[in-house]
Amino acid sequence: MDMRPRSHPTYLAFVVHRVSGLLLALFLPLHFWALGTAISGEARLDGFLRWAENPLAKAAETILVILLAAHLAGGLRVLALEFLGWRSRQKDMVAASAGIALLVGLVFLLNVV
Amino acid sequence: MSATRQPASTKGVNRSHRTRARAQTHLWVVQRVTAMLLALAVVVHLVMIVTAVRGGLSAAEILSRTRGNEAWLAFYVTFALAAGLHGAIGLRNIASEAIGLRGRGADLAWLTAGLLTAGFGIRAAIGLYA
Amino acid sequence: MAEAASLTVSVWRGAEQGSFARFEVPARANQTVLDVVTYIQRELDPSLAYRFACRVGMCGSCAMTVNGRARWTCRTHVRKVVDADGALELRPLANLPVIRDLAADLAPFFDKWSRARGTFQPKDAPDGAVPEDFAVVPPASKQRREADAGIECIGCAVCYASCDVVAWNDEYLGPAALNRAWTLVNDVRDGGRAERLDAVAGDAGCHSCHSTQSCTERCPKNLDPSSAIAGLKRALFWDTLLGRR
Repeated sequence: MDMRPRSHPTYLAFVVHRVSGLLLALFLPLHFWALGTAISGEARLDGFLRWAENPLAKAAETILVILLAAHLAGGLRVLALEFLGWRSRQKDMVAASAGIALLVGLVFLLNVV
Repeated sequence: MSATRQPASTKGVNRSHRTRARAQTHLWVVQRVTAMLLALAVVVHLVMIVTAVRGGLSAAEILSRTRGNEAWLAFYVTFALAAGLHGAIGLRNIASEAIGLRGRGADLAWLTAGLLTAGFGIRAAIGLYA
Repeated sequence: MAEAASLTVSVWRGAEQGSFARFEVPARANQTVLDVVTYIQRELDPSLAYRFACRVGMCGSCAMTVNGRARWTCRTHVRKVVDADGALELRPLANLPVIRDLAADLAPFFDKWSRARGTFQPKDAPDGAVPEDFAVVPPASKQRREADAGIECIGCAVCYASCDVVAWNDEYLGPAALNRAWTLVNDVRDGGRAERLDAVAGDAGCHSCHSTQSCTERCPKNLDPSSAIAGLKRALFWDTLLGRR
């Protein structure tokens, strides 16, 4: 794809929003199904949580938390534009979105590790 | 190219276009309303995640918070419903633009997928409550 | 920046299928991209097809894809877009059928303009009659300011060529048509609001916009079609929720 016409910050914000949304939407049924199955008893839930302690699951969790934060922040950008009619502060919004996503990811990492 | 082009009608938006457009508008409205709900719910969820993982997760700790608590049940049921629908409509938009999957049948299929996903989420929420 | 003595210009030749032809064009001070195209057509290859009229940024007919981005060639200085080795790449506008070489067919663009109800429908004077009195529209009113924000569009299709949603969905009306619809929705003298909102709703209309804001980024007149589309979404949102449609 030719990136020359697509190199502005709001385009990047769209790409991040779309990719994170796609991944989250695909993960969601899995998340719900696994939780629903695990929650059938305390012992079973503990077993699931212990399984989730492995480094691969932890890394996946961190990525999901960052995706969720990024999608939330990008969604606030879209809602502000559509419902509050924000115009000129769009670029600031993109930067703020990135900041929020990064921050949440870092806080999560610090807590987990 | 221009010889085969249909001239755009300027009088009376045709009926089937209007019906289709209204159904599509409703999907968009559902996606934005769920987005607003999710904006709040996801903040709560993220705060829960980063505080709950402090010192490791245990089933007892999670269940002690949620068992018999109607407020958490209502929160998670609403959250699951909103997330299921929001995600499915998002996937619908991506599929229509990326692979040209469009039409009423596809829309109904996506809505079903969304409600099914929400159903799994509600099952999990009930598991936390009961 | 040191300027090369000559420019290496790759020019699209052909229709949908075609290839780039290369031309060496002498570099000049204050040269516009349109000057370069005109030089090629007059001095190097008279068979080159392109379109222009006013040469001063009023008519909007000379828009092309210059080094990957849609621009008015008459208002684009070569030195602003050319890289250090003096390379220029010219294509017809994207997202439109190509007639030949650098001339795109704007018919679908204008068709969508009328499909979005881009025509003023006087409320007080149906059938084109002259109203009895002047309409009083305070310039500072909120609606008039919304209309004014988008009214200067001259239909050059730069936004349309820059919009990915147009590329992904044939039916999508595009930024210019939707921007026009929003100026009319805000025109208190217009009586076509309900029909116009119907025409711009749904997947072919404002609801497919993803706010990439390429239109706003590229508009040579610094208009903000992205915000106009957001306005249409907002109007349709409340009309739908409150059962006004």
